[in-house]
Amino acid sequence: MIGWLKDLLQTNAVAQAPAGTSTPVQPMADATRVRALPGETLAKQLALVIDLNVCVGCHACVTSCKQWNTSGSAGPLADMAPYGADPTGTFFNRVQTYEAGSFPNTETIHFPKSCLHCEDPPCVPVCPTGASYKRKEDGIVLVDYDKCIGCKYCAWACPYGARELDEERQVMTKCTLCVDRIYDEHLPKEDRKPACVKACPTGARLFGDVKDPESEVSKAIRERGGYALMPEWETQPANQYLPRHKTPPAKH
Amino acid sequence: MHPAFSILLFTTLSGTAQGLVVALALASLLGVPMPPGFLSHALLVAEVLLLAGLGASFLHLGRKSRAWRAVLMWRTSWMSREVIVLPAFIGLVGLWWLAEWAGATERLGFLLPLLAIVGALVLWYCTAMIYACLRFIEEWAHPLTIANFTLIGLASGMLLACALATLSGASAMVAATGPVALVLTLAAWMVRALSLHRNAGIRHKSTLQSATGIQSPQLVQKSMGMSAGAFNTREFFHGASLAAMQNARLGFQLLGFALPALLMLWGLSSHHSWPWVWAVLVQAPGLIAERWVFFAQAKHPQNLYYQVVS
Repeated sequence: MIGWLKDLLQTNAVAQAPAGTSTPVQPMADATRVRALPGETLAKQLALVIDLNVCVGCHACVTSCKQWNTSGSAGPLADMAPYGADPTGTFFNRVQTYEAGSFPNTETIHFPKSCLHCEDPPCVPVCPTGASYKRKEDGIVLVDYDKCIGCKYCAWACPYGARELDEERQVMTKCTLCVDRIYDEHLPKEDRKPACVKACPTGARLFGDVKDPESEVSKAIRERGGYALMPEWETQPANQYLPRHKTPPAKH
Repeated sequence: MHPAFSILLFTTLSGTAQGLVVALALASLLGVPMPPGFLSHALLVAEVLLLAGLGASFLHLGRKSRAWRAVLMWRTSWMSREVIVLPAFIGLVGLWWLAEWAGATERLGFLLPLLAIVGALVLWYCTAMIYACLRFIEEWAHPLTIANFTLIGLASGMLLACALATLSGASAMVAATGPVALVLTLAAWMVRALSLHRNAGIRHKSTLQSATGIQSPQLVQKSMGMSAGAFNTREFFHGASLAAMQNARLGFQLLGFALPALLMLWGLSSHHSWPWVWAVLVQAPGLIAERWVFFAQAKHPQNLYYQVVS
């Protein structure tokens, strides 16, 4: 009874500032605000940069993602009928394979795909409950599983198909950039990275702050022609991809 | 998109009920003579349809007990706005019914019918905007979506009003509403045909090249990354054959508009009540089929990533 009243009051307090205003609203409320406002420019944006030049399509990032995220406090990522004729499961990350060109000049491209943590995420404003939000402090797009009603509207509003409804919990799930791992001070510093990044044997996944021009990810985007997926929808994906390029033959 | 039966049922039931309420409101505002008890009975029918629609909408939710939370984000979400307007409209119709039943409408005058018309229009707008605001579902992101939801609801509601009127012997109501219902049905058909035509010719902005950033004119998916199904392969694909799609498209135009229009013409010229009743019965599956096509015809850009299993 009190819980929902509190939620009602909190949401009203959070949503006060109209989009696009530059004047800070109430410094006190602003300091404690967790959610980014629509259209707000954030100082920090964590993201992945995926190097298509070195991804070998081994799916280690897929399994490590599943392992980490099925073992957390949010509950398992359900697999339905895993040993049945028609199994299905929830994953935050997939590795797909594409072929470009025509035989014999074809190229095989392995293409890891997960939530792109858009800077203007179309999935967030459509959420009727506020369960979907973008974090102000680091730009991660998250779902509050305790508030999600499982209406699936956010999944419709994502052009990338990055969100998957968990069939068992009946709430929307998605890549969290391992938010429960990257800030965990119980882990050694070098392990405070998303599980997929740690698992990649070829180093095809870079992780960092794309708003910091000196970060590894920013440099990689700048120097190696990083690009965003479906730029036509102006979602400004934070995750970017590094294109394949011809590697000169090694001299021995 | 995969058409969810709960949403087909909700949007058609609620749309028809809204149209019925608008028909009754216009009739009472314009002073169309109605036999005693007709208005309150018809309002009760609208209320039952609306409540059934509300019930159907709940079936779409994974966590029904948290449904109340959907009112919170009305500043940004059209679904949230709909979730607020629908119960408000149900309450308004209930209030009008109660006032009618208690005989208090004399004192309230034109206020309740007028509010009911505004409420119905706002609700159509909210429902349609849920779809029309998704810019990358190009079949939906167009004002025609709003026109269709409104016109189809109006036409089917007016027809239902005529059928209820003939059954209650309200011949003046049929004479007044019948021609409007016929014209609206034909108008709804025309506008829906226009959107079918538009959707058939859409050249989608997203391509496999823009989805992957691989700039090769010849690009095919070899594997979507899994052999089992996933939410992405279920929610966004209708799975029906091309023939089924074509049949549904033809079928809804026949059942939803053409046959009801003919039956209405018959009803208007013969003064029998059965053509009106038949028109409603024939139109019901047509309306469901229309909404099915509305969903099935929408191509979500995420489908570009889910083409090939192996």
